[in-house]
Amino acid sequence: MAQLRTRRRPDPTPAPTPQRSGDVPVVELRDVSKVYDGGSVGLERASLSIGRGEFVFLVGATGCGKSTCIRLLMKELEASSGEVLIAGKKLNDVDRSKVPYLRRNIGTVFQDYKLLPNRTVYDNVAYSLQVIGEQRDEIRRKVPDILSLVGLSTKLHNFPDELSGGEQQRVSIARAFVNHPPLLLADEPTGNLDPETSIGIMQLIYRINKTGTTVVVATHDKEMVDKMRRRVIELREGRIIRDEQSGMYRPDESTTEFAVRLRGELGVGVEGHPN
Amino acid sequence: MSFPFFFKEAVRGLSRNSAPALAAMLTVLLTALVLGVFIPIVQATTGTANEVRDRVVVNVYIADEATKGERQQLAAALERTTNVKSVEFVSKAQGLAEAERKNPEAFAEGTKLLGANPLPDMYRVTPDDPDQVSAIVDRLAPVGADGAREPSLAAIDEVRNKEEDTEKILSATGLVKILTGGLMALLVFASIALVANTLRLSIFARRREVEVMKLVGATNWFIRWPFVIEGVIVGLMGGVLAVLLLTIAKETFIDPLQARFDLLAAPETINFPLLIVVLLFACVAVSAAGSAITLRRFLRV
Repeated sequence: MAQLRTRRRPDPTPAPTPQRSGDVPVVELRDVSKVYDGGSVGLERASLSIGRGEFVFLVGATGCGKSTCIRLLMKELEASSGEVLIAGKKLNDVDRSKVPYLRRNIGTVFQDYKLLPNRTVYDNVAYSLQVIGEQRDEIRRKVPDILSLVGLSTKLHNFPDELSGGEQQRVSIARAFVNHPPLLLADEPTGNLDPETSIGIMQLIYRINKTGTTVVVATHDKEMVDKMRRRVIELREGRIIRDEQSGMYRPDESTTEFAVRLRGELGVGVEGHPN
Repeated sequence: MSFPFFFKEAVRGLSRNSAPALAAMLTVLLTALVLGVFIPIVQATTGTANEVRDRVVVNVYIADEATKGERQQLAAALERTTNVKSVEFVSKAQGLAEAERKNPEAFAEGTKLLGANPLPDMYRVTPDDPDQVSAIVDRLAPVGADGAREPSLAAIDEVRNKEEDTEKILSATGLVKILTGGLMALLVFASIALVANTLRLSIFARRREVEVMKLVGATNWFIRWPFVIEGVIVGLMGGVLAVLLLTIAKETFIDPLQARFDLLAAPETINFPLLIVVLLFACVAVSAAGSAITLRRFLRV
């Protein structure tokens, strides 16, 4: 952790727009709705605001709008109504041709890693630097650095399909963070991983957050959310139903309450056995 | 980033996706081969058709009683008529000689039976465009009020264009020209469609890759250049191979034939170096543009 802190950029606020003051939220949704072409609702009148340096969990069942939210933030989708703002800038006003420049300021991590299968670990990470036109010797310096930070210094020249799931996710985190973006979005980063590996991945993301990067993690990993006790925003059927600081995956619930809910959801009568 | 980077990316893309790249190259090679064979064939056919069309002429027979002055007037008038390419004077004697050459049996007895040469002097008028023949005839001998043609000058006895022959020639060669033109257009269209389709398959296999590149923040042209360069390389390799095969075929089959007979020295076929340049250029352009255009669909992420 200390290692990462010392690696901070000389300029610690490389935000897309100059930071006028501390009160401009990095992420802001204003009454945002997203209705897909088929008519299904992804997000309904959601409003939220995430400040600089925050660590936020988006939680909820599958289909509740977590991924929609993440994809709206990187302008992979357009909001049907309402406004999405990144660092005070309205995404509706961002021209299609300027989207790549927006994305260079947002690191992204996905459940399915989304690595380039034809490139080695090194080249995968280097690609996101080549994209922004980084000098070659800078790339040669930064890529091994970041890869040793995520613990992959021995696998520089392996291809993604030669790595385990956890290792692939580390590569994708390295790729997301090598530019030191002010915002990191993670969509189910531990969705395909076992609990042990998940902890390692979450630690990495946490360390990135400690360098001042705002982090938004969409997850349904209850255990992780409960243990980390960060800000939790819960979604259900496209609506934000809960937003609390240092929250849990579910609002506190006693064992008996849970038992009642479980039986109810299974459709088993409370009175007793059906036969 | 610079050209060397994009070039390296293109080479990487080709070597990591060698099967679709090979398929695309073979497609380019085959279509270039077919085109390379058909372009000269089509040209030779239309050339021959044009040659036949050049045989369409108008005969202007000179009245026997015409004076020298009237004849000169006629010659000058013919030269001035629009759409006339050339005017040739055929005297009685020349006309007879030609007739004898065309049909030796009929003249086996010479002109003994006829006593004297019955043919008149005439001017043979060649039109600049065979389709204008009847216009020329109309100008020299307009149709009068009674439906018969009336010569416009005193020296003209009669104006003829061997109507039946002319019509046959014009309709037949016109059909040949339309057919070969249509065939050529069809072939070019099929080639482009085939190459585009193969390219699409090879790019479709890599659409996930393109998607990831866009998520990392690559601009469209940053993604596109390597694909375009790949297209150029594939097109160039296919084209060069096709040209090589065509050259070998030409040297081994066509050239010896040409040396032995003159019949293959068709009037207006494209010359070989030009054919090569056209084919290579077409290969490279089609596959490079095809790559760029196909990619467009996947860049909308």
